[in-house]
Amino acid sequence: MQQLLELIKDPSQIGPWFHDLLMSLGLSVELASVVGDVLGVLLLLIMVLTSAIFLIWLERKVAARLQDRVGPNRAGPYGLLQTMADIVKLLTKEDITPVGADRVSFNLAPALSVMQIIMVAAIIPIGAGVVAVNLNVGLLYFVAFSGLAAMGALMAGWSSNNKYALLGGFRVVAQLLSYEVPLIFTLLAVVLLAGTMNTNDLAAAQGVRYFGFIPGWYALLMPFAFVIFFVAALAEGERAPFDLLEAESEIVAGFNIEYSGMKFAWFFLQFFVNSLILSALAATIFLGGWQGPFVDQVPVLGIVYFGIKTTLVLFALMWVRATYPRLRIDQMMTFCWKVLVPASLVVVLLAAVIWKLPVSANIRALLLSGSNIVALVVTLGIIGSRLRKRVDRRQDALNAASAASA
Amino acid sequence: MIQENFQFVLILAVVAFIFPFVGVAVAWLLRPKKPNKLKTTTYECGVETVGDTWSQFKAQYYLFALIFVIFDVEAVFLFPWAVAYNQLTLYALVEAFVFVGILFMGLIYAWRVNALEWQ
Repeated sequence: MQQLLELIKDPSQIGPWFHDLLMSLGLSVELASVVGDVLGVLLLLIMVLTSAIFLIWLERKVAARLQDRVGPNRAGPYGLLQTMADIVKLLTKEDITPVGADRVSFNLAPALSVMQIIMVAAIIPIGAGVVAVNLNVGLLYFVAFSGLAAMGALMAGWSSNNKYALLGGFRVVAQLLSYEVPLIFTLLAVVLLAGTMNTNDLAAAQGVRYFGFIPGWYALLMPFAFVIFFVAALAEGERAPFDLLEAESEIVAGFNIEYSGMKFAWFFLQFFVNSLILSALAATIFLGGWQGPFVDQVPVLGIVYFGIKTTLVLFALMWVRATYPRLRIDQMMTFCWKVLVPASLVVVLLAAVIWKLPVSANIRALLLSGSNIVALVVTLGIIGSRLRKRVDRRQDALNAASAASA
Repeated sequence: MIQENFQFVLILAVVAFIFPFVGVAVAWLLRPKKPNKLKTTTYECGVETVGDTWSQFKAQYYLFALIFVIFDVEAVFLFPWAVAYNQLTLYALVEAFVFVGILFMGLIYAWRVNALEWQ
């Protein structure tokens, strides 16, 4: 009983405790570690899927409220069972393979997409030390497996033998690859400050306090990096205003147009869980993850703090999705390569220079934060003046045309 | 410790790859299977599709992919530098500036020759 209380108080000890339990049952060290890993994998799988069920309900409910609708409210209390009903429906739908499709890629594509989210979910620390696998190359692992999503989408788009799907597939690759660059560079800036790629250590490194009370969250140290990461995460999560790869009004549904039944459900799941993982990552590396008051005494509180931060970031993603119209593809690419990539490079170099200045840690943090804010304001100013010039030119052209017709 | 971590990753990769097929298999048990010629036609606009799907397409995508590869490889080199940054001397900072500077020139070049324009 005492031990159980201790485990609830500090969930990071459950893994070692379970390993000891298996050993005491007479298993060898290797076998115990394999059994423990298999159970850990299944637990992770269950957590990802249950969070997805809740998440899809939340997304629909929030989007409905923001658009002055009610949202799902029939199945179960507050419509909570809506996703379960959808799963049953999708399971019993006929699965159609279009004529002329490349069957191997067509069937492999949804599997790769789902594989990506499950693999990436493993490195998110939900509490102090509570992480499925504590990799020392955590962020590099994340970047590596994010590539799998573009792979799955391209295979789906190419193999469907449908022109809309092919267009969607091309757009996915163009968008996911382009926005991966600023995303990687902002991650690089964070890694530079913390000196580690381990996600749990990154969250722990944000436990320092500047001037005795300001939390050392990287979102406060590098606000510009956080903004870039957020925008890149919107694009990586295939969300409006960057949802032109599944633009319903242009290319019907993009790469997953020919999919039906359970294979479509996998793409649907990937879309929603991907946003959850991106917001969880943003919460971990920019908002202090499981850091919060009294975490040192009661580590289980870390899970609560992490949950609150992740939900806030996720809500912001949903909010943006429900608010902004879609970009055109040329605007999307231009914005990435001409604004986000140079800006993220500047953020990395700023962090590198200021972190080597021979001043006290407090002053350094202040300088970094201040220079980031200045860089953000300058960037917004440049974009604003460019846009104003373009609007003026358009207005002049309109005036000239109306003068000529008159 | 590191070996144990990658043992987990290996098991996870196998399970994560098989799991979607399990879902599809369960659906196979439950769903109706009555394909006909009309159902399996390409879903485009109600009219029969014209021409081959797998044809040559916009080269612009290829250009962006090339630029991406450059920056991605750059990131691979910069991650170890960033991890060790706190232990490195000022020389490492200058080196990184030269490295990033050359790539920045590359980006500016691509910008100047209009490789970043969507045509």
